[in-house]
Amino acid sequence: MRLEFAKPASFIRAHSAWFIGALIVLAAALPLLVSDYWVDVCVFWGINVLLGLSLNIIVGEVGLFNMGHMAFFAIGAYTTAILSERFGVNLWLLIPVSGLAAAGAGYVLTGPIIHLRGDYLLMVTIGLNEMIRISLINNPFALTGGPNGLIVMDQFRIFGHVIQSPADFYYLVWAAIALLLFCLGRLQRSRVGRAWNYVREDPIAAEATGINTRWAKVLAFTLGAGIAGATGTIFAAKMMVISPDSFTFMESVILFCIVILGGMGSIPGVILASGAMLVLPELLRNFAQYRMLLFGLAMVVMMIFRPQGLWPSRRWTTRLKEGDGE
Amino acid sequence: MGGVRTGVASAAESACAGRLPCRVEMAIFLEQLVNGLTVGAVYSLVALGYTMVYGVMRLINFAHGDFFMLGSYLGYTMLVTVLAQSNLPLWAMLCVATLVSVVAIACLGVFVERMAYRPLRKSSRLTAVVSAIGVSIFLQNAAMLIWGARYQAYPPWSVPEVSWTLGGVNVSLMQLLIMGISLVLMVSLYMFVQRTTVGAAIRATAIDHDTARLMGIDVDQIIRIIFVIGPGLGAIAGVLLGLYYRQIHFTVGWSYGLKAFTAAILGGIGNIPGAMVGGMLLGILEMLGAGYISAAWKDVFVFLILILLLIFRPTGILGERVAEKV
Repeated sequence: MRLEFAKPASFIRAHSAWFIGALIVLAAALPLLVSDYWVDVCVFWGINVLLGLSLNIIVGEVGLFNMGHMAFFAIGAYTTAILSERFGVNLWLLIPVSGLAAAGAGYVLTGPIIHLRGDYLLMVTIGLNEMIRISLINNPFALTGGPNGLIVMDQFRIFGHVIQSPADFYYLVWAAIALLLFCLGRLQRSRVGRAWNYVREDPIAAEATGINTRWAKVLAFTLGAGIAGATGTIFAAKMMVISPDSFTFMESVILFCIVILGGMGSIPGVILASGAMLVLPELLRNFAQYRMLLFGLAMVVMMIFRPQGLWPSRRWTTRLKEGDGE
Repeated sequence: MGGVRTGVASAAESACAGRLPCRVEMAIFLEQLVNGLTVGAVYSLVALGYTMVYGVMRLINFAHGDFFMLGSYLGYTMLVTVLAQSNLPLWAMLCVATLVSVVAIACLGVFVERMAYRPLRKSSRLTAVVSAIGVSIFLQNAAMLIWGARYQAYPPWSVPEVSWTLGGVNVSLMQLLIMGISLVLMVSLYMFVQRTTVGAAIRATAIDHDTARLMGIDVDQIIRIIFVIGPGLGAIAGVLLGLYYRQIHFTVGWSYGLKAFTAAILGGIGNIPGAMVGGMLLGILEMLGAGYISAAWKDVFVFLILILLLIFRPTGILGERVAEKV
């Protein structure tokens, strides 16, 4: 008994069903317990979790340095805004449509650059992010509304109930997360998931065992981009106004850091780190202006003292991290 | 020079189809070229910092752009506070402001290396990159808290408003100063790295840390020197840019840093002449793109070139001499 308490992680693991059950009950009851303001904070936390999980496929599972993930999120959000406002397409339908649009963009854009290694890929994805953001600002074909962005008037409707209050969005977002978690959990344990991890740990050995590394990488990018795009629909519906300011390269970098700080490839890590990024600053309102200052400092301190992240992934971690291969 | 002339002539002739007379077209082209070389000189100075750190440590020093930005702010502060009350002639004021800024930023560079990068030298490259992003976010927000989120302007009296018309082309003293100072600095840096013992040690460290150490080179000392030179050059570039555009903002670190890093990759990362060539080329491409294609799309143009270059020639323009990477 003493041993179990000394190691909280193993205690949680031993009674995981109870913990997960309690968490679900707590999460479901949350909108009844706290004010709308906090529910809203949790909605944005949830959106960031969705984005973090989608980036985690690329960065965490396959080890590709993507610092331009907001580009795909932007493509999803703008697809939603344009199709919904111009053609009156139903928002529910737009979730898969935006997802496919972003996935298609991910497939086309990353195809030529996927062979680039670490730092180069990082630079190119930053470049892609900036290119897309600037294009949105420049309002090509009068589609994107320029720097002011677009308005989304439509709302999600479910059996006549309009999703508009913070609590409605809270359930929508966290239900989406639950669904995504289930799928990602399956995916991680699948043949594809194992191939991804193998490519991350040793691309040459992976290639040698018959994994098509190029295919694995493009698949991860396409899937991650698609999930980010689908999240864009929820974001657009929640915000009602989307503008290029939401998709800057800084946002992409912070998202990237959330995945690393959480622990590469670790799903609970992503949830925890994005929570720390969004919820903690709200608790420390008096220090709001020092928020990013502290975040920067925390990143340095974390990397020195806990480089594996807040909640490192336990699967197939290797001790071959040093050197990183030239 | 001959090559440039003929290029100019043909470009001007082809542009003559428009309504402006040939000579005016030509003057516009030359003016854009001068503007491009000026901005390019600033990019080159900043790119040198990126390329040297990358060459020696294989680290994208995300904080380097912020050294540049802080250098600009420090020069500004010196000019508007201490020096505004002094009776020094203008040139002496500018020298003092630059010198103070360089010394302060070089100290900051060494400090950052000691605190945030040295503990991570043995860990994976990703860890160090995240730490560098942390430093960058910290410095950026520190600057915002100190100097405010609004644009600051170098005082009008601090900028020598002298310009000449050479063959119909306007060239200001500031432009000549920026190009001249950058050229002198770059040539002396090149000489320093190629001709001195310390330079040889830097080159040796860039090739292999362990072997360099066996040869009796103090690698820590070399890295410290790199972090004096790089941020020092960045600070000079910052003051020059402040004097040129007059306006500074705490986000210029990222926007110019991204451009400068692009320049470093264009020239071949880790290669000192490459950074110079890349910076100049980027400046010229950007200004010609702004002049002849569209100012709003110039950054898209720049990143497109970066991506195409990385796809077809990942080593950069001068990147073939891998053994001589610094």
